[in-house]
Amino acid sequence: MINKDIVIIGGGPAGLAAAIGAYEAGNKDIVILERDNQLGGILNQCIHPGFGLHTFKEELTGPEYASRYVKKINDLGIESKLETMVIDIAPNLIVSAINETEGVIQYQAKAVILAMGCRERPRGALNIPGTRPAGIYSAGTAQRYVNIEGFMPGKSVVILGSGDIGLIMARRLTLEGANVKTVVEIMPYSGGLKRNIVQCLDDFNIPLKLSHTVTKIHGKTRVTGVTIARVDDDKKPIPGTEEFIECDTLLLSVGLIPENELSRKVGVKINPRTQGPIVTESLETSIKGIFAAGNVLHVHDLVDYVSGEAYLAGKNSVKYIDGLLNENHMINIVTQDGVRYSVPSSINPKNAEDLSLIRFRSTDVYKDAYVSVFLDQERIIHSKKKIITPGEMEQVTILKKWLQDRPINSIFIKIEKE
Amino acid sequence: MFDVVIIGAGVIGSSVARALSKYQLKVLVLEKHNDVCEETSKANSGIVHSGYDAKTGTLKAKFNLLGNRMMADFCKKYRVPYRNNGSLVLAFEDEDIQKLDELKKQGMKNGVERLRILSKDEVHEMEPNLNDSVVGALYAPTGGIVDPFELTIAQAEIANMNGVEFRFNSLVKSISKSKDHFLINFNDEIIESKTVINCAGVFSDEINNMVSEYKLHITPRKGEYCLFDKEVGHYVDKTIFQLPTAYGKGVLVTPTAENNLLIGPTAYDVIDKRDSSTSPEGLKEVLAKASQSIKKVPTGFIITAFSGLRATESKGDFVIGEAKDVPGFFNAAGIESPGLTAAPAIGDYLSSVVAQKLNADIKSNYLDNREEIIRFEPLSIEDKASLIKKNHEFGKIICRCEMVTLAEIKDAIHRPLGATTIDGVKRRTRAGAGRCQGGFCGPRVLEILSKELNKDPREITKFDQQAILLVGLDKETL
Repeated sequence: MINKDIVIIGGGPAGLAAAIGAYEAGNKDIVILERDNQLGGILNQCIHPGFGLHTFKEELTGPEYASRYVKKINDLGIESKLETMVIDIAPNLIVSAINETEGVIQYQAKAVILAMGCRERPRGALNIPGTRPAGIYSAGTAQRYVNIEGFMPGKSVVILGSGDIGLIMARRLTLEGANVKTVVEIMPYSGGLKRNIVQCLDDFNIPLKLSHTVTKIHGKTRVTGVTIARVDDDKKPIPGTEEFIECDTLLLSVGLIPENELSRKVGVKINPRTQGPIVTESLETSIKGIFAAGNVLHVHDLVDYVSGEAYLAGKNSVKYIDGLLNENHMINIVTQDGVRYSVPSSINPKNAEDLSLIRFRSTDVYKDAYVSVFLDQERIIHSKKKIITPGEMEQVTILKKWLQDRPINSIFIKIEKE
Repeated sequence: MFDVVIIGAGVIGSSVARALSKYQLKVLVLEKHNDVCEETSKANSGIVHSGYDAKTGTLKAKFNLLGNRMMADFCKKYRVPYRNNGSLVLAFEDEDIQKLDELKKQGMKNGVERLRILSKDEVHEMEPNLNDSVVGALYAPTGGIVDPFELTIAQAEIANMNGVEFRFNSLVKSISKSKDHFLINFNDEIIESKTVINCAGVFSDEINNMVSEYKLHITPRKGEYCLFDKEVGHYVDKTIFQLPTAYGKGVLVTPTAENNLLIGPTAYDVIDKRDSSTSPEGLKEVLAKASQSIKKVPTGFIITAFSGLRATESKGDFVIGEAKDVPGFFNAAGIESPGLTAAPAIGDYLSSVVAQKLNADIKSNYLDNREEIIRFEPLSIEDKASLIKKNHEFGKIICRCEMVTLAEIKDAIHRPLGATTIDGVKRRTRAGAGRCQGGFCGPRVLEILSKELNKDPREITKFDQQAILLVGLDKETL
């Protein structure tokens, strides 16, 4: 058993920033456990630009963004173990991991930071009928083949789902020589960022079919085509609108699921909306000393936000170890009227930063609506937005001093129409 | 000249091959796919039926009971995942109890032991997640669940270790009888054999009809299923049936031998014997019928859907034994449910009949087991540590969802009749069978296959030879 103050599970963008956050808060007894053979996580296969505009005020590729953090980790001398898979976290913060050289490694941690990221939703979760041939890939798997291994997963491609990875892959596959026939989205709006729709679809004349879905997969050995159809308001295919599209590949970009198998096993409470842990303003989960940040907590649009959030988690893990996290006076954050969830779920004014960010997503598309925040009955934020969509994460800033003036039971976040 | 040619390497062909491999015979298995367990044997309920619902006196009833009785020891010996979980047939109305009683009587006549009718209270206590509308059940404690892939693979492996030859990608085109032996034409090759055993599943009528005037007619009857995440694998403990209908045993809800939850199948006759597609109607029906049996179908945890074809013979029973008009030609045809349960017993029976006909003696050097298979995931931390010390490749996890290591995947590739495809690795190790369905491990398994088989990555398939995964290099077509 190795004693270690802070054990960080995952060496992607969240794990790296969390480590730096902890280090800069004054605790250097840190280890990052990463299952892949390099740090950086999924950024390593994201070779497109668009990263770092918030953090570094310049546009970087995924590997460039990752390498800045990796360099800092190395410069600071923070320990990391590669090709090391955590297989268990016990409630008393014993973390068990395995790798080829050391076999089983066990750490007694004082704080654990969950930074395992997320995985892609597979075909089965959608229950798309038809055959089960080769040629059906999740967008991230295809991205790995194309960007890391140098192989093309297909020549003519239909993409189901307009999440950001699907959009990015539409462009990538086109540039690598494939014919991307269409992107099909079941919702009446895209799940991806506006800039990706413009730069990845519009610029390449790839049609985006909103309110459509794939109703059948054809082909016995390799995909030979898909049937798509328009859907009604209940997302049910409308008979008579079916259309056959010949293709050899179906890419799925139908959502990401925070990877919380370890968290569930140790008993961390999970928010059914985000599929990630329920956390406080300090990003502490329902189990004391276990923190969470990044896509394991909720799926982010931008890695910059992941880094910021994880830095805070690292810093707070040190506060926790030093006994500086206050455990009383929680104010619940209640989401309603078009707000699907928020992170965090509660704020303790004693622990809050001077400016606390609350991030959330809407349940639907709202035009010319207001994001409102109430401290109990009092409305303190009422800000007009041209458009609010579930595909773009929103945030509001709560000032610490608002919470200190008087006792508050709940903070309400809602979307109000004019 | 072969002594025996077995056509088909599903669970029946593999059982027959395993049982024949103990005799001093030259045996060849011809399989049109490039692996064992590629059709009906890979897409079924994985149930070890207790044997109450086959009509008394039928071959189905006889071999079901024999198979059921040998399954526990058989699976233990050959390292096949199996659990004797027991099964329930539900009654939803008081008049159903009468039908349960008839089933029970039939079961007793068939030789099924310990059948018991449970009251409403008893059945709900036994299975708390049953639908409130359940008023009673027939309890069959001898029912079980088995991994159908391993039941097939294990037997094929034993056969192969004992000298049975397997030729894959070998589609039989015609068979003719010449005096005292058979000429079998597959691909562009003709081989000779003294006897032929037809284990061709949904195609067993076509094989039979090549040589026998006693024509068989098989209608493929499709069954669609939904498979759920292990997280809800213990939603029920027993295999939950509804009352059987003319089309089969109805939609069941069951844990699998690998601790997933499985619901299905539908039962529709289809025309195309290669059509294993799923349909929106089928999946809807499965979910609707399952929701009659249990409180809540955990639809959020579905990880995949699949379908399989039952080989339903027009007379409704198994066709097992020598064709009346073709000495030396043996059938194991029309093997639908309870075929998986019956398979080891059918293999034992047919092999003894054929061996007798050929006056074959038992081998002195018969290996009655397979090489050890190590599963990393269920081991204790201490055992994991010592295993990695012995072989460091157990310390490299390839499939995170099912926690499958590099050592296990390499073993699956290099065993007798080892995996050559992504699906082959999945069925042997469970890599890719979990909740992400190979999203993460797919490219890694492909890389391992390519390295271990010394093949270009573009030649590695999902299954068979045509199911290519990678179509070229980046920018190749620009």
